[in-house]
Amino acid sequence: MRTAITLVVLIFAGTGGDIAVAHAMKRLGEVKSFTPGAILRFLGRALREGWMWIGIALLTLAFCSLLALLSWEAMSFVVPAMALSYVTGALGGKYLLGEKLTPLRWVGIGLVSVGVALVCLG
Amino acid sequence: MPPPQTLKTSILVAVLIVLNSAGNFFFGLGMERIGAIHGWSIAALHSAFVAVFSSGWIWLGIVSMLLFLAAFMMVLSWADFTYVLPATASMYVVVPLLSHLVLGERVTGLRWMGVALICVGVAFVARTPPSTTEKG
Repeated sequence: MRTAITLVVLIFAGTGGDIAVAHAMKRLGEVKSFTPGAILRFLGRALREGWMWIGIALLTLAFCSLLALLSWEAMSFVVPAMALSYVTGALGGKYLLGEKLTPLRWVGIGLVSVGVALVCLG
Repeated sequence: MPPPQTLKTSILVAVLIVLNSAGNFFFGLGMERIGAIHGWSIAALHSAFVAVFSSGWIWLGIVSMLLFLAAFMMVLSWADFTYVLPATASMYVVVPLLSHLVLGERVTGLRWMGVALICVGVAFVARTPPSTTEKG
């Protein structure tokens, strides 16, 4: 039971963190210049975004859940199970960020999820 | 003139894959040299903390991961999350390939099948437009 709960926390906190960071970046707008000064200014603006900090908090929670899970479950179980986060990420991207997922992108994400699980199980 | 969106997305995704693979490699190397952490007492955790943060490999891993985070944030400022996320799974291809080609390790059939599925999946996602949302 604790494995299932921790895995759910890991996947949802990880996906939620990534989605929050993605949302913060979309609010900042597209990076157009790649000079060191422009990149530093962009990162400085990012750190003043509330969503960025929500993302960092959720990613920290996911990282702690991962360490906890690895302390009692084998990596050969944990890492393939984490491939589910590609699917939750796709659902989050569609319903929370409003991204348009074509059938081709859905199939691609599905293949990547299965592929990651196989690589880790192999 | 800014580079075309598809080109700069491809370049940054390649940078993400390299930085994430390097970060994991450095962390793995560092922890291998430090050895297993025994016990959860304050003293044991303190000595583990000191050992981890005294390791040059761990610091190389931290720098790689911080650069990865910065590149991840930049690419998400224009590209879809559902475009970038599967593309970064290419790192699962890099590690078995390097293990086989450089270290001569035996890679199982199941793992090669996984590598092939990831390649096809990433190729499918790469055929979709990097961005499908209005700019913020």
